[in-house]
Order: sequence, then C-alpha cells, then structure tokens
Amino acid sequence: MSCELLLKTFRNGDSLAIQDVPLVALMEFLQAVVELTGLGWRIATYFGIPDKDGVSLWCVLAGSNQLLGTFRSRAEGSLPSITNACPEAHLFEREVAEQCRIPLEGHPWFKPVRYQPPLRQDPDNGERGRNNGILPGVGDFYRVEGAEIHEVAVGPVHAGIIEPGHFRFQCHGETVYHLEIALGYQHRGLERVLVGGPHAATMAQMETAAGDTTIGHGLAYAMIREGLAEIKAPPRSDCLRAVALELERLANHCGDLGALAGDVGFLPTMSFCGRIRGDLLNASAELCGSRFGRGLVRPGGVYFDCPPNKAGALMKRLDEIRRDYTGAVKLLWDAPSVMARFENTGRVSNVDAIDLGLVGPAARACGIMRDVRRDHPFGVYRTVAPPVSVESGGDVLARAKLRWQESLASLEFVVDRLGSLPDGEILLACGDARRERIAVVLVEGWRGEICHVAITDTAGRFLRYKVTDPSFHNWNGLAMSLRGQQISDFPLCNKSFNLSYCGFDL
Amino acid sequence: MADILIHCMLIILMPPLLFGVINRTKAAFAGRSGAPLLQPYYDLFRLLRKGSVFSRTATWVFRAGPVVALAATLAAALLIPLGNHRPPLSFNGDMILFVYLLALGRFFTATAALDTGSSFEGMGAAREVTFSCLAEPVICIALLVLSRLSGQLSLYGILAHSSITLWMTSGAALILLVAGLFLVLLSENCRIPFDDPTTHLELTMIHEVMVLDHSGPAFGMILYGAALKLFILGALFLNVLLPLRAASPLLDWLVFLMSMILLAVTVGIVESCMARYRLVRVPQILLAACVLSAFAMLLVVR
Repeated sequence: MSCELLLKTFRNGDSLAIQDVPLVALMEFLQAVVELTGLGWRIATYFGIPDKDGVSLWCVLAGSNQLLGTFRSRAEGSLPSITNACPEAHLFEREVAEQCRIPLEGHPWFKPVRYQPPLRQDPDNGERGRNNGILPGVGDFYRVEGAEIHEVAVGPVHAGIIEPGHFRFQCHGETVYHLEIALGYQHRGLERVLVGGPHAATMAQMETAAGDTTIGHGLAYAMIREGLAEIKAPPRSDCLRAVALELERLANHCGDLGALAGDVGFLPTMSFCGRIRGDLLNASAELCGSRFGRGLVRPGGVYFDCPPNKAGALMKRLDEIRRDYTGAVKLLWDAPSVMARFENTGRVSNVDAIDLGLVGPAARACGIMRDVRRDHPFGVYRTVAPPVSVESGGDVLARAKLRWQESLASLEFVVDRLGSLPDGEILLACGDARRERIAVVLVEGWRGEICHVAITDTAGRFLRYKVTDPSFHNWNGLAMSLRGQQISDFPLCNKSFNLSYCGFDL
Repeated sequence: MADILIHCMLIILMPPLLFGVINRTKAAFAGRSGAPLLQPYYDLFRLLRKGSVFSRTATWVFRAGPVVALAATLAAALLIPLGNHRPPLSFNGDMILFVYLLALGRFFTATAALDTGSSFEGMGAAREVTFSCLAEPVICIALLVLSRLSGQLSLYGILAHSSITLWMTSGAALILLVAGLFLVLLSENCRIPFDDPTTHLELTMIHEVMVLDHSGPAFGMILYGAALKLFILGALFLNVLLPLRAASPLLDWLVFLMSMILLAVTVGIVESCMARYRLVRVPQILLAACVLSAFAMLLVVR
C-alpha cells in the first residue's frame, strides 16, 4: 500500500506541474515499480532524460479506477535492472540504457533496442559522442546449441511488401524453440526531433509515427497539446475524432482478417476484405479528404466538419459495408479448413500476456479486460464507449474473432455518433504550452494503447517527448507465441498480431 | 504419325494453359476478373528473354537442376497416353521408367535447392522429399492395380484398358484409386490444400521455396516443368476416371482437351473453397491417400 502513496495520481489527458511529481530515491523507485506492477498497476511508459551527469527517470503507470500514476527518480553511473522481477519493464529498460547511454546492471537480455544514437550528444566524449549509432542488426543472437538445431534467419528484406525487421529462429526440424526479433531498421529519430518542439512540422510527424495509426498518434499528440495549454476540445470535434478513430480501427481490422485468410490460402475472404478495407478507407477520405485521416485531427479540435448530408451518406455507406463485411467474414467462420488452421496456432497464455504487459487486441484475445476506452476514457468515450470484447483462447482464432467483434462494435458506435453529432464549433485556437509541466495521454488505437508523454522546459518547449506505440509492448508476445510452434505457422502468427515496425522504431 | 505429332504439340503447348484456367477460376470465385488466360505463356517468354544470376558458391548441380528436371518430365510426357492414343514411346515395363523419371526430376530439384546452402531452400527440400515419400507409393500402387486389372505392363496398355465395363465390374477399387490419385495430383503440383503456389511467405512454402534462387530462363524451365507435371499427372488421372471412347480419333482428342480443362477448373474450385492444411497435417492426408490405394489393391488381388 505504501508504494501507492509514492505516486502522483491523475486522469488521462491531464497535465501536472513538474514539481508536483514526486522525486523518489532510485532504489525506492525501482522497488515501487516492481511492487506496483504486482498490485494491478501496469507500466504505460518508462523513460529517461539524460543530462550532464546522469539520467532522470520517469515512470507512468496505468491503474484501475481510471487513475494514472507517475513518479520520477534519478540515476547516475548505472541503473540496476528490475526486469527479472518485472518482465514488462524489459524493453523499456533497454531503451533507457540506449537512449541515455547508461549501463544496466543485471539485465538478462541487455542488447540494443533500435540501434539508435543517444539522445544527448556529448561533444567531449570523442568517438562515442559522435552521431554513430550501432549498425542495425549487428549483435549477438540467442542460440540453441546442438547438432540437430538449425538456425533460420528471415529479413530484414522480406518477400512481401512489408516493413523491415529481422527474425532469427532456432529450430529443431520444423519446430521453433526460440524466436528473436531484431528491429530498428526504420529508426527515424522521431523523439530527437521533437525535443525543442512543438515545431510547425510536429503534427505531420506525429501523424506518420506509424502510418496506419495516423488518427491514433495524431489524436494523442493533439490531446497532449490541449493538456499542456489547458483547453478542452469542443464536443463536436471529440465526436468526430472518435468516428475517425473507429473508422481507422475498422479499416485495419478488416484488412487483417483478409490478410489472415490470405495467409492460409483462403481466397474469397482475402479478396472481399481487401475491397471492403478500401471502402472503409474511402469513408475516412469522405470525412477529411485523406484515406488515412491525415490532416483531420489538430490541437484544439478537428480541421474538417461533417455536415448532416455527409453524415447521412456515410451512415448509408457504413450500412452497406456492414452487409458485405458480415458476408465475407461468415465465409471464413464457415470453412472448417480455416478453423482447423487458426485453432491452437500461436497460443499465448493469459499469464504470459499479463507478465509481458501486452495491450490492445493481443491482450484482449488472451482474456485480459484491457481497453483504454473503458479504463482511462478520453473525449467522447467519457460518456459513451463501445463494449469491450474479450476472447479467452489466446491463439490466432481468438485474435481473429476478437477483431470481428470489435469491428461490429465499432460499426455500431460510428453510426450512433454520426447520428447524434453535437452542435457547435469544431476547432479552438490551441495556445502555447505551459512551462515546466508534464502531460500524459493514452489513446486506444486499433493496435492497442498508444501512450504519449510530453515534458516542457522553462520556455514551454518540449524538454522530452516520449512516444510509446502498442507494438513496443507486444513484439515479445509474438516471440512467445512461436515457442514450440511450427516454423511454417510464423507468417500466420505474425499477421494475427500485425505489429508496427516503424511505430516501434520511431 | 498424326497422333504422335498431336501428342508432341500438346505436351509442348498446352500445359501453361492449365495454370491460366486455374487462375481464372480462382479469380472468378474471388470476384475478380483475373489475369488473361494466356498470362502463363507471357510469363514464360518474359523469363526466357531475361538473364540469369548464379550464386558464386553454387556448383554445377544448381545449374543442372532445372535442366534435368525438365528433361525428365518431358521424357515422362512421351510415355503417358493422352486420351486413347498410343503415346510416342510405349513398351513393356515403361510404367516403372515413368515413376523413376518423375523421381529423377524431383531428386535434381531438391539437390539443386540444397546446393544453394540457404536455410529456406534446405527446409523446402526436406519438406518436399518427406512428402513425396508418401506420394510416390500412391502412384506406384495405382499403376500396380491397373496393371493387375488389365494384365498388361505398359502404360498405354493399362490405361487404355480402363473402360465403362471395367468401372461396372471393379468400380469400388477404381473409386478408391481415383480418390488417392486426386490427392496426389494436388500435392505433387503444390496446389492448395497442400501448398499455396501464390504465397510470398517463404517459411510456409514447399515447392516454391526450393527454386527461390533460380532466375531467368532457368526459372522459366521450372515453371514450364511444373505445368507439364500437372499436365502429365492430370492425364494419368483422367485416363482412369473418364475412360470415354468417341467414335473417331479426332473426337477423342477433343474429349481429352475438354476433360483436361475441366480438371483445371475443378482444381481451381478446390483451391477457392479451402484453406491450406497445417504442414504437420500434410503427411497424414497423404498417408490416407496411400491407404486408399492400398485398399484398392486389396480389392483387386483378393
């Protein structure tokens, strides 16, 4: 109980003065993170800000009762690892070590995360201070020894049109003993360019943090700006944002179901869903002129209104989409050969999912009730939210069924919102950010929890801007799902998670 | 003489058309218009005009793979009767040569894949050989059954013997045989549900992954060889299933052409309605095909 008192608690989208965030001694801080994750809190993000003689560490935890909690600490010289006690901290710790160039003590898996140069360039430090990240993919991989073990390396250049990532399998015949995933090939230095922002290009950069989650990341950034300026977006814009967010979810879930069908060679659903995904993207284009929703969400509201005739046309179009989509997916459920393929493939246990801190559909398919729209509601979700779907299987089938249930819920939600758009303006002027504040925003993108944190300096500019894509939590879930599976099932498992490479690489 | 000419023309010109028909059928089921029927021919000509890239670490085996495989398949195509016509080559015991020619082609494809040293191709070769261990017996037993029924030892003899009357007398054995042969037809030609010829996912492939490193004319030979193999096994299958006899030889050729195209449509329909089996299930299904043909054998020799 005592460790909960260390936290400063607040709600999603709030901003706090920096001096209100408790500064805790390092050992106490680490101990508290371990204990809190055992008490039902979950690490939403954990990052460092390097300075001249150390690193200030910030941790944001997501709890129950719609509460978020944060506290900070300071490390100098080295950082003791808590991954052994708290596996969900694993990638965050490696990221802190890499971005802040501080060694980790006792980390079981201490390797580069995305092979990036450190956030703070130290001119006195000669060779190490130069802008020379480690070459991507260079490093030791975990190896299983034995005469009958063979290693399969896939990527970073793939046969399909997907993003670059390297997968290293340790196989015994067709069975995978271990899969290690190395990413970082798409690192663009997003967090580095955000320091000193907001700049004119920042909104556009955030919309492309992960291209298929334009609305998700764009919305998180807009809410950060609103939190820092302490304004509230008008209700009509909240509603339109939710419509766009759900349309994005629909388009991607539909595309994923089609791609899952394609991966097992089931052509009808693949072709139909591919076409319906296009229709859903076109619905976004109807809203704002961009199929991916670029340019819609802006700090202070939305840039495009949806007049009644357009809303009516959209609702009609969504009705047609629902009919086609239902038919296409029914084909999938009715094919025994598809079900045989999905069932028991790529199972992640409930315990593993909790330990790894999975988020979004990947977590909900393992029977975990975890949805930002319900747990930490924002915007219009504060008053009305679509029902949370949960599946218990943890396999490809569960992830596919979950996508379909969420699609149905989103379709209904979008039509309801379009039918009851509140009146009023859609865009307020968003003033400058207040000084020395921290703002935290969680948004449930289609892949899961997107977490943005901004900390402003004495001039109201970003001292640090942390982006945590849901993929950052979930890539290890994919690696776990392959344990003991057939290597030929990897593409199917991969598709069932459909994680973002660039959202991870930033 | 005319029959021999037509036979040679058909085995050279017709096989890629089967792929075109299959693709069009799949497209129709998916609600697309699909690629032109003659697309496989365009692809072949495009590949033949291209240059080739060979790995510095690969040996002559890698280069010999496609050539030997195609030569063996072509030779096998000269042994198989099309429709009711005597094939250009026919002698007692040629059915054993037929089986061995197909095996020789496979052996060289798999060895060429191993020669590249790529882990994908090694995996593909291992899968291919494992599955063909179970597919080859089906063909062998089928030929034995037919040979027993007809009392002959040449492919032409045993296949031309199949007729409506034979179906009336030994229908049960033939049904089992046809079922087993159809499964093998699909698996040997890397069709769904055994393999997905259109996938780009190298980890799930069986046949395709073995030829990833081949390019240009060599790859063209492989594609043409694959079409030819579908053609040969299809002809074998049709000879057993549809022993139709028309009045004139010319009509016989027409019947054969039509039934081949129908077979391609059927394969396309199967591919459109099914997902792929999980790889561990493939040997089980092939084993079932073996058991089916073994039962057919049992019925015939009892």
